[in-house]
Amino acid sequence: MTDNGIAIRINNLHKAFGTQKVLEGINLDIKHGEITVIIGKSGGGKSVLMKHLIGLLRPDEGEIWIDGSDITRLKEKDLNEVRKKFGMLFQEAALFDSMNVLDNVAFPVREHTRLPEKEIVRMAQEILRNVGLAGFDDKMPSELSGGMRKRVGLARALILDPGIILFDEPTSALDPITSLTILDLITETQERLHKTFVVISHDILGMFRIAHNVAMLNNGRIVEFGTPKEIRQSKKEEVKEFLKATGIPGFAGGDK
Amino acid sequence: MRSYVGYQERYRGLMFISLMGRLSEGVISILRELGGMGFMFLNSILLLFRRPLKLNYIFKQMEFIGVKSAGVVIITGTFTGMVLALQSYYGFRKFSAEGLVGTTVALSMTRELGPVLTSLMVTGRAGSAMAAELGTMRVTEQIDALIVMALNPIKYLVTPRVIASFFMLPILTIVSDFVGIVGGWLVGVKLLGINEGAFINKMIKYLDFEDIYNGLAKAACFGVILSVVACYKGFYTKGGAEGVGRSTTESVVIASVSILIADYVLTSLMF
Repeated sequence: MTDNGIAIRINNLHKAFGTQKVLEGINLDIKHGEITVIIGKSGGGKSVLMKHLIGLLRPDEGEIWIDGSDITRLKEKDLNEVRKKFGMLFQEAALFDSMNVLDNVAFPVREHTRLPEKEIVRMAQEILRNVGLAGFDDKMPSELSGGMRKRVGLARALILDPGIILFDEPTSALDPITSLTILDLITETQERLHKTFVVISHDILGMFRIAHNVAMLNNGRIVEFGTPKEIRQSKKEEVKEFLKATGIPGFAGGDK
Repeated sequence: MRSYVGYQERYRGLMFISLMGRLSEGVISILRELGGMGFMFLNSILLLFRRPLKLNYIFKQMEFIGVKSAGVVIITGTFTGMVLALQSYYGFRKFSAEGLVGTTVALSMTRELGPVLTSLMVTGRAGSAMAAELGTMRVTEQIDALIVMALNPIKYLVTPRVIASFFMLPILTIVSDFVGIVGGWLVGVKLLGINEGAFINKMIKYLDFEDIYNGLAKAACFGVILSVVACYKGFYTKGGAEGVGRSTTESVVIASVSILIADYVLTSLMF
């Protein structure tokens, strides 16, 4: 079911926690080799949706198709095989506090391959150079700034060369300048590697800068899907309202 | 008037039902936690046999739980032995049996105080650290990061701690037993002037190897209890920094109480 350049197909996904319905029938196709941004209000179910993509949560109803298998029905062991196709950059980077930068980046390789140590270190150093952190090998995560941590997190997500990379709020808790550098890094990495990137965020302006496709999530449903330009020209009230929150006149409906 | 009485009775009935409800909720949540801990323990042991074996993780925890707790265990053990000698001397002097002080110190240390005090000290030092570390890893998504990397967090985080505690607690207890007896000897023989020959001969005569073994077996069980409680509480932490604090406190309280209860149960089984 994942033909036609579709990397992830989400069908009618429902999830409730107790009586609180978070996802109410999500339908979304994420295209292969592009940056798809899922945008929406805080607490609107974005993180919950992302956790379903990687099997951290199981839906009450619905399917998620990745590479020909519905991951919502897989056993933990098979799910782990699917997870190896993913890399993920967590909101606070989720680096292991007990390891230095190099060991953090090398960790997935050490655990999943039998490459010689020299080769692992070379790989880690190369990927750290690619994210602009050459020479930071021996620093501990606590010594790094928020932006640097995200760079290390991205390096760790990329090192096993996964086909799909998930980004959970890549610009949250960063100053505007650092946000821009991280966004540029995401774009640059995507242009270099041509992988499928899925980003969730509430940072509208930042996301419109990097997205090929935008899916707007509101009240547990995808209310609009399209290119950034199509989203801005959307006639739907909830989309307009969200775009107006940027405070930029003419952002909603315009093509500036 | 009649309706008022009826109301009162009904009210009392409702109170009773809500009280029972709350009580059963409490019982259920305790059972659920116990079940969760049991499951985590079994899981961590099963994962030990699934390749690859993470020996370096186990050694690292052994160092943290064992080697780094040695200082505090030595101090506690020594002073416990010393005070035991002092207290038992006071009692035995009343019927001129000072020579039994050595036996009393040795039996109390090996059978009871060595394992229990060591476990309580390790709970305070290493158990709290385990809960805080795993709790922090949970709230900062490091545990999720492991899962996303297709790695089993129980295998990486819980198994090494449980195994290391299982092996290190008996070793620490041997240390504690030894320094406790030395402390008792110092106070009894050197300070209070008990005849050294009587002190040592009677101690050797009445102390069986079984006393020591039983103490060490208890210590190994306590090691499992404290590590499983701490890991469980840390692993399932909710609610940010406050949650980490709560998990840490709860783990120390629950582990300490469980150790004392288990101590009675195990001792009565070993008699």
